[in-house]
Amino acid sequence: MAKYLKNDDLGQWLSELGADYKVYAPVQEGDSIAFRPFSKGKALRIDRHATVGPKEILFPACEELLRFSYQKDEENPGRENIQVQVEENATPTLIFGSRPCDARGFDVFDGAFTQCSVKDSYYIARREQAAVVSIACTRTENTCFCNWVGGAPDGTNGSDVLLTPIQEGFVAESITEKGEALLAGSNLLAEATPEQEKEAKALRAAAHESLPEAPDFECMPEQLYGLFDNMDFWEKQSAKCISCGACTYLCPTCHCFNITDERQGNEGERLRTWDNCMSRQFTQEASGHNPRSEKAYRLKNRVGHKFCYFPELHKGHIACVGCGRCIKSCPVSLDIRQVVTSAKECRLPAEDNDNE
Amino acid sequence: MSKVKNPYLPEMATVQEIIQETHNIKTFRVTLNNEERMKAFSFKPGQVGQLSVFGVGESTFVINSSPTRMDYLQFSVMQAGEVTTRLHTLQPGDQIGVRAPLGNWFPYEDMKGKDVVIVGGGIGMAPLRTLLLYMLDNRDDYGKITVIYGARSPQDLTYSYEFEEWRSAPNMNLVLTVDAEAPGWEHKVGLIPNILLEENPSAENTVAITCGPPIMIKFTLQALKKLGFEDENIYTTLEKRMKCGVGLCGRCNIGTSYVCIDGPVYSFAQLRKLPNEL
Repeated sequence: MAKYLKNDDLGQWLSELGADYKVYAPVQEGDSIAFRPFSKGKALRIDRHATVGPKEILFPACEELLRFSYQKDEENPGRENIQVQVEENATPTLIFGSRPCDARGFDVFDGAFTQCSVKDSYYIARREQAAVVSIACTRTENTCFCNWVGGAPDGTNGSDVLLTPIQEGFVAESITEKGEALLAGSNLLAEATPEQEKEAKALRAAAHESLPEAPDFECMPEQLYGLFDNMDFWEKQSAKCISCGACTYLCPTCHCFNITDERQGNEGERLRTWDNCMSRQFTQEASGHNPRSEKAYRLKNRVGHKFCYFPELHKGHIACVGCGRCIKSCPVSLDIRQVVTSAKECRLPAEDNDNE
Repeated sequence: MSKVKNPYLPEMATVQEIIQETHNIKTFRVTLNNEERMKAFSFKPGQVGQLSVFGVGESTFVINSSPTRMDYLQFSVMQAGEVTTRLHTLQPGDQIGVRAPLGNWFPYEDMKGKDVVIVGGGIGMAPLRTLLLYMLDNRDDYGKITVIYGARSPQDLTYSYEFEEWRSAPNMNLVLTVDAEAPGWEHKVGLIPNILLEENPSAENTVAITCGPPIMIKFTLQALKKLGFEDENIYTTLEKRMKCGVGLCGRCNIGTSYVCIDGPVYSFAQLRKLPNEL
């Protein structure tokens, strides 16, 4: 069932896949590891978590929603007509080297953008043409907590293929039909031997072992609703936050966006860009009113959305994948694990007893 | 290729007429350029739309014409930010984009056979006008209609050219109020919640609908409670900063409820169940 790919053949396999897909893979870029278009001979960095996940491949940090142009009306020169154009440019794309947490992020995106009353046509066009080949984590980092939020170092949600790195290569398992086709299409992949499969299994089990025990988050919605008006709690939790938004940009599940117009002369474009719920402007109304004017309100909404609102709307699915990037890259070391465990452990005031 | 409809693509529309309502509010009457679409266009009282000025952006406004009068779609716009400032420079004949209808609507079906109290403040009268005209055009379906409409000064009242039409409808009580005495003003003077208490409408078999600035809504709600209205029978329509208008961009939520698709119309019974974040 499982296949085996030698380390030395990885570049060749990705080149083969490049015939049908635009392939993205993690590479070193300055101080960071990020997903970039793969070309033969390019050194991959798959030995550790990418600094920036693959989110932007399916949900670009900035994308054009439409183009417009103003033209003078030929019959009435005092009037301007407007042409609006939409370019559909999704192409088959393969994401190689995502981690199970990253791939689970796409699961959350699928919920947010496709399992809802109005669907996001731009995301869907990309998602339908995307294949995801993830690498199971055989080593975890001290910021990893995927097991707290329903994931695992070898979780398969959101991936089409899961690779487990072993001594000389990878054990490759297909998760979906799309993944099966990816593995069937190359002579570089052989049947994995029972020893190879055993080695992969042992490494994966060790990764599970290495993670700290997972708290039970079932009570989170109740706790977070209970804490909603406890601003002392939220002010304390958000005290050191500088509202920079690094957490939101690096988060595999954060999907909030802004829409803005750019105009140059008689033409321009309407752009969609990543937005940041930790910024004051996010909910600033033109009247001057702002329902989340302080960072305490914003952190409350961010944590609330991930651990309470999104799960309520999407069958209990927590909108956090435990990748730890928001912890690692936070300039003031705000740790979401600490926020949610504090919220979980907070004793709520007893309900008013109606019987009295 | 994906077959999903592009939810961000506006329809082109032409500004037909512009009414200067107050010093900072203009009303725009627009028609969709595609005649078939305009003919087929349908919406419910309380639903909103996004108006686009290409190159500046989009903002959300309630459709404040009634679905019973479909010669045009009407939007009243208070100048406040970038998009509204640019909208205020438009002339008849200018082209804009429209994405509509969006959001939910007033419970105009459930209100049939009941008395209705409408309490509006300032630009908050816009969504209430839609409902009022709808009820006036289906007059037999509704009981007594009381409209309490207030603004800072007589010059800040919108739709003043229609007051006669409203007032002359059968079984209708229009009460106008301003914050302070003004030369020539022959109606009430006083804050809306106080005038509401003074009018003392019966809460029995009555639905109350209010829209206006948050502080007015707060005190109007208290007044309605004093008059015996239950939370289930009090409705309001909310404003939030919106971008997508279709529940995707993530900023207009109150807990699990997205004002752009689950609202903007809420009963106070519904709001009470949501986190307190208006």
